[in-house]
Amino acid sequence: MSEMKTAAYICQGCGIAERLNSKQMAVVAQKEGKMQLVREHAFLCNAEGVQMIRDDIAGEAVTHVMIAACSRRAKTEAFGFHDVTVVRANIREGVLWSQPESDEAQEITQEMADDYVRMGCAELKKMKLPQGAPNKAQNKRILVVGGGISGLTAALESAAAGYEVVLVEKRGELGGWAAQLWKCVPTKSPYSSPADTGVSELIARATQHPRIRIYLNATLAQTAGAPGRFLAQIASESGAATTEEVGAIVQASGFTGYDIARLPELGGGKSPNVVDQAGLERLAAEAAAQNRPMRRPSDGGEIRSVVFVQCAGQRDESGKHLPYCSGHCCNTSIKQAMYFKDAYPATDTAVIYTDLRTPGMGEDFYRSGQNKGVTFTKGTVSEVAVNSNTCTVKFKDLILNEEGSIDADLVVLATGQVPNSGVNIDLPEEEQAKAQPVSILNLNYRQGRDLPQLKHGLTDSHFICFPYETRRTGIYAAGPVRRPMDMAQASEDATGAAMKAIQAVENASLGRAAHPRSGDLSFPIVRIEGCTQCKRCTVECPFGAIDEDEKRYPVFNESRCRRCGTCMGACPVRVISFENYSPDSIGSQIKAVDMPDEFSEKPRILVLACENDAYPALDMAGMQRHIYSAFVRVIPVRCLGSVNTVWITDALNGGWDGVMMMGCKHGDDYQCHFVKGSELANYRMGKIDDTLKQLGLETERVTTCSVAITDSARVAQLINDYAATIQKIGMSPMKGFA
Amino acid sequence: MSELNIKYHNDFLKEVEENVEEGKWVKMCMQCGVCAGSCPLGPHWAHPPQELFMMVRAGKRAEVLGSDSMWMCTSCYNCVVRCPRKLPITQIMHGLATYSNQLGLTPKIQPTRDFSILFWKNCTRTGRVNELKLTLGLYFMDGFMAGIKKGWAMRGIGLGLVKAGRLNAFELLKGHVCKDQKGIRAMLNKAAEIEQRRKRPAV
Repeated sequence: MSEMKTAAYICQGCGIAERLNSKQMAVVAQKEGKMQLVREHAFLCNAEGVQMIRDDIAGEAVTHVMIAACSRRAKTEAFGFHDVTVVRANIREGVLWSQPESDEAQEITQEMADDYVRMGCAELKKMKLPQGAPNKAQNKRILVVGGGISGLTAALESAAAGYEVVLVEKRGELGGWAAQLWKCVPTKSPYSSPADTGVSELIARATQHPRIRIYLNATLAQTAGAPGRFLAQIASESGAATTEEVGAIVQASGFTGYDIARLPELGGGKSPNVVDQAGLERLAAEAAAQNRPMRRPSDGGEIRSVVFVQCAGQRDESGKHLPYCSGHCCNTSIKQAMYFKDAYPATDTAVIYTDLRTPGMGEDFYRSGQNKGVTFTKGTVSEVAVNSNTCTVKFKDLILNEEGSIDADLVVLATGQVPNSGVNIDLPEEEQAKAQPVSILNLNYRQGRDLPQLKHGLTDSHFICFPYETRRTGIYAAGPVRRPMDMAQASEDATGAAMKAIQAVENASLGRAAHPRSGDLSFPIVRIEGCTQCKRCTVECPFGAIDEDEKRYPVFNESRCRRCGTCMGACPVRVISFENYSPDSIGSQIKAVDMPDEFSEKPRILVLACENDAYPALDMAGMQRHIYSAFVRVIPVRCLGSVNTVWITDALNGGWDGVMMMGCKHGDDYQCHFVKGSELANYRMGKIDDTLKQLGLETERVTTCSVAITDSARVAQLINDYAATIQKIGMSPMKGFA
Repeated sequence: MSELNIKYHNDFLKEVEENVEEGKWVKMCMQCGVCAGSCPLGPHWAHPPQELFMMVRAGKRAEVLGSDSMWMCTSCYNCVVRCPRKLPITQIMHGLATYSNQLGLTPKIQPTRDFSILFWKNCTRTGRVNELKLTLGLYFMDGFMAGIKKGWAMRGIGLGLVKAGRLNAFELLKGHVCKDQKGIRAMLNKAAEIEQRRKRPAV
């Protein structure tokens, strides 16, 4: 790969040659793009066209290929030449399909296509074929933190896939909460009665498994390293310490039940006859062990009436208690009411709820509960008054719209799940200390000891798009630590997290990126002699991939890196780059376009579009023939977080009339694939106004917008609206100075 | 149970399950309110079906059986068609009404009940409904003068029906009847016997 040989291929198919002058594009590639070899083909993606490129690679020693045809998202198989560098100029979706087919539009459409060819050639020359991260770590064992349903499932699933597992459990026995249940909500048809939990079988399988090593009464004293080479110091209660090397980690540290003593208005902590759901499980298990009915805790009396109070201390809007729904509690209360109804149908059981939420096959289970005579009352409980051996539950009946009350021997409060997610590393140090931190992982990362949290103390993971991913590569959250859930969901979750852990160790062993750029061989390279130790990259990396050495220079842990380029966007001296994605590879495209003069009435608008959502949305806009301004030139970026402000200043200095940045939604319900990328970009661009003023430019010349993948029609509208704004403020006065 | 407040306990629900036609379905209501929203007479009820079911479950015996809500049901079956839990709501409404009537708990002035009794007597007498007698019975239900007034107000329609051959004044004398009077009687007696047997299971 010492000698670079470039080649450009112009496709004439899909109507390109009918509407555009492909000959002219070829001339541009040769004369301006300085491509050493230029070919046109009537149908580039067919076997013959692809073979032509292959022959050039083999016969002409072509190392760099620029294909001016369809979007980089199309025909990836045909144009997937893995041994050479490939750049795609998006002529079909980006020009042909997004521009009107008319004679008067012909000139500016051709200009657009020519520019994309220029940009493709410019980018190509700045790219190298990525060789994979140099530190390929080979450890493929999986560390599972927590021995409940999630942890056991993750361990067994990883072991079943052939991976060695180290399981660390804080307590003296396995099984977690599930082991303390008498029965569980059924997961098999007909979903009508409480079922056996199956935990003892899981424990037995894990204990006997030859590939699973279990540490009980143990915690993590420190976790260091990166995917493929984590070092976990396991501290036992006895004081013994062991270090295990592992490739990936599944954190299944589960939850703690919300303390009912914080609910005195509901009788919590005031009477033994007011219990939480875990308390009722204990009563049920005890009674079953002695083969007798459950008895009133206060005096051992007969239980004739039980009231279940749903959403106790959860879904709370006052800010005093948990704001969220824990998801499992309605089904759990139905199950527990059945404990009574199945054995003693004469027991009165009432479930007081505001919204009965029964996920999974819970609707059948709910119906079965009704059939068995459990009374369901829609209401909000205001108070549980505690008498010596009974309680009075006062509530507002929301159907009858009146105050009601029930006397009960036993009141069960359906409290929520509080995640065991360790230290909230986003809090300032003092506040972290105040919260009496119990770290789960004790990471020695620069950015903090535990997984970052999103809200309510739950670890940050995208609930819908990539649920098990956390913001620490190679560490996956499973079970109620990432969102409240029941046993069935937890075991599904654990299986998913185990799969992600396996992917992580395999990718790390090949020096490739993990999700979302799975398989990417490029990695950040820093020209350390240019570094000013400003620490922006180490602070801003959403994945904690960069540590600092003793001289405060950044230390990149390639296998922790997701290749988003946020560090590259952050670097004020631009010393961070990837082999195939760098300040130069984008900067040269910005400089490559043919810039019409101030009087041409042809403004140029640069669109930096996130390749995850905005760029596909633009492609789809083309497919759906949503016409947008021919004055835009779109450059895909890995993430808005990778946008370096130098590109903006370069563009403005070069006479571009406007810069539009399209990224994913940020905030609590973010859609950014790199979690913090678009947020950081917005933060940085919030400060661009000063730069614009210094240049004597209007602040409208730079804009940032969030675009979802479904926004195909909207994205065209956004462009057209922005083009109109640029039309209104006029052409940039900077033209012709560069 | 003496020291416990019986509200929201299942006593009345059990009574309804045992005595009201299709009463065993009441516990299956999930309070979605689709019946209440579907009822064409909904706004005129004191309690829509959803609420009646909740009242049964809340043990409000006197309020439910003394209510005239279930008497408002016109048997359009909209609720039955729409109920996601497939409750036979119309049947339960009539069941509750019948049970309330049996126990003598129905409000004193209840036109639906009064008309129902009039209709039942009319059609079981001969096995066929005598429309003229039924109509006049309805007119004179509230007294002689009120009957005259109503009859006078409706005279146009009456005469029209006579002209069209849809109404025969001689029906007042005897009217046409079912041929097998004995058979009808036997059938009705048998039905009553079956109903009694079902309502009061052997103790």
